[in-house]
Amino acid sequence: MTYTAWIILTAALVGLSCGVIGVFLILRKTAMMADAISHTVLLGIVIAYIITREVSGTAMLIGGILAGVFTAFLVQWLHSLRVQHDAAMGIVFTTLFAIGVILIATSVGNAHLDVQHALMGEITFIPFHMITLPIIGAIPEATALLLLVLAVILFFIIAFYKEWKITSFDPALAASLGIPVILMHYLFMGLVSVTTVASFDAVGAIMVVAMLITPAASAYLWTDKLSFMLVLSGSFGVVSAVAGYYIAAWIDTSISGSMAFATGLVFMISFIFSPKHGLISRRVRPAETM
Amino acid sequence: MLSILLNSNTGWVLLSTMTLGIAAGTIGCMAYWKRQNLMSDALSHAALPGVVIAFLLIGEKNLLILIIGAAISALIGAFLIQWITTASRISEDSAMGMVLAIFYGFGIMLLTIANRSAGGNQSGLDGFIYGQAAAMVRTDVITMLVLALIVVFIVFIGFKEWKLYLFDGQFAKGIGLSLKGMNTLYTAVLVTTIVIGIQAVGVILMAAMLIIPAVSARYWTQSFKVMILLSAIFGGLAGATGTLISALGSGLPTGPFIVVVGAGFFVISLVLGKEKGILINYLQFKLHQKAQQSNAQTLKQEG
Repeated sequence: MTYTAWIILTAALVGLSCGVIGVFLILRKTAMMADAISHTVLLGIVIAYIITREVSGTAMLIGGILAGVFTAFLVQWLHSLRVQHDAAMGIVFTTLFAIGVILIATSVGNAHLDVQHALMGEITFIPFHMITLPIIGAIPEATALLLLVLAVILFFIIAFYKEWKITSFDPALAASLGIPVILMHYLFMGLVSVTTVASFDAVGAIMVVAMLITPAASAYLWTDKLSFMLVLSGSFGVVSAVAGYYIAAWIDTSISGSMAFATGLVFMISFIFSPKHGLISRRVRPAETM
Repeated sequence: MLSILLNSNTGWVLLSTMTLGIAAGTIGCMAYWKRQNLMSDALSHAALPGVVIAFLLIGEKNLLILIIGAAISALIGAFLIQWITTASRISEDSAMGMVLAIFYGFGIMLLTIANRSAGGNQSGLDGFIYGQAAAMVRTDVITMLVLALIVVFIVFIGFKEWKLYLFDGQFAKGIGLSLKGMNTLYTAVLVTTIVIGIQAVGVILMAAMLIIPAVSARYWTQSFKVMILLSAIFGGLAGATGTLISALGSGLPTGPFIVVVGAGFFVISLVLGKEKGILINYLQFKLHQKAQQSNAQTLKQEG
């Protein structure tokens, strides 16, 4: 495959994984948790790097998952001590992120891991790190990681589809049915962290929030059916990722920034034209009923 | 250490981060009681495109112009969050997350273009993302000081009105206070505090300056007035200490150190604070347990 094809494939995979997992972020009303986790994952990656002294996918993935789940745990713990939920999030993620930046500035100081890169991602470097897999052949490491993560996400969503549905819409009912709601919460936070780590190389810490929340929020305006929303959100993610790449190529600017911007365009279109919840239909409908 | 203080520029920077900490600590208490802690995070990210557009328009790094750009952009962000939340079924935190990330992404697009153009890279525009207080010159410091003092002054003179607005909106309306006017003023003050802090702390960590001192202060008092005072002191101390630490090494970012010092205050307050601090809660629990046990014993002896 050519250089550009790899980049587009990687971007599309980011859009797909983030779009699918983002649906549950919106439904569980924990969208800002994505913001918190995407920041603290940086700390996990830095610590993994300091321990292993190499930029390896597996170590970063483990570090990122641990950091993400740790964040979720700290937020929950502070909340149980009566700190307002969003304040708890704000304290935890800014502090852990600050520690991550300080560690990079003081003890890493290396071209492989700089803050700039972590915040903005550098998708153009991805095709330079190729690995060889048994059946598929040569594939960029980040792309292989994304494929693996996508498989994991899809496995968990499909295997526990009913449980996710009930815990997301009615946690009290789920608890009364004997579904382990708290375990599901941490499992979900783990999945969000995995997705964030895998997307990190491509879009960076902050733009991944756009990829996680916006396609799902757009899909939420089009449909009331969970399965349809998952498909729609994944497609919106892919469309924005690919469109973002072409916008960036067109005006020669940051690819990750353009991808975030493209998700905004998708949302704007949904916000205006959605048949159920769009601006136009809201304006037209009262006239129809008269 | 002394040589750092004697270096006149560091002295000025120290003064400005301290004043910023005081202003942010003060406004943070209001955001805390409005339950809008993460709003500051969304708005500081949303300020980025405004900073870059202002820079592209004037072609140099004039802090006042950049601050105006940032404020306009953050206000648009605030308006969009409000609009999306009221006009659709998207919840407020989803709207905040979207505005935060999309504005930031747009800002990065523009920043890449600005850095490509002549002089953009040397202007230190990148410092805006994670804060580089050491890069501030004296005029920047004066701009910041004046704006921060205005913010603190507005809170100070209208203290009674703010209190009514935050704790009993209905009553405030009843005595003829315009809630809409207070809301506008609150947003203006919040956005001003955020944008003056961006240069020193960076867009990503600015939220911490508002959230952490306020929550820490909550552990020491039940009075709103004392809470604001304490929060301002925590913020000011964190600003000054963090700046000093980052001045010890060369090229260390200021923002993260300020945040970590602030987090230190938070942990101390969380453990030792006299209102629902962990230690106090634990001691009370133990005392209660002991009282129960002795009660049970006396009952047994009597029986």
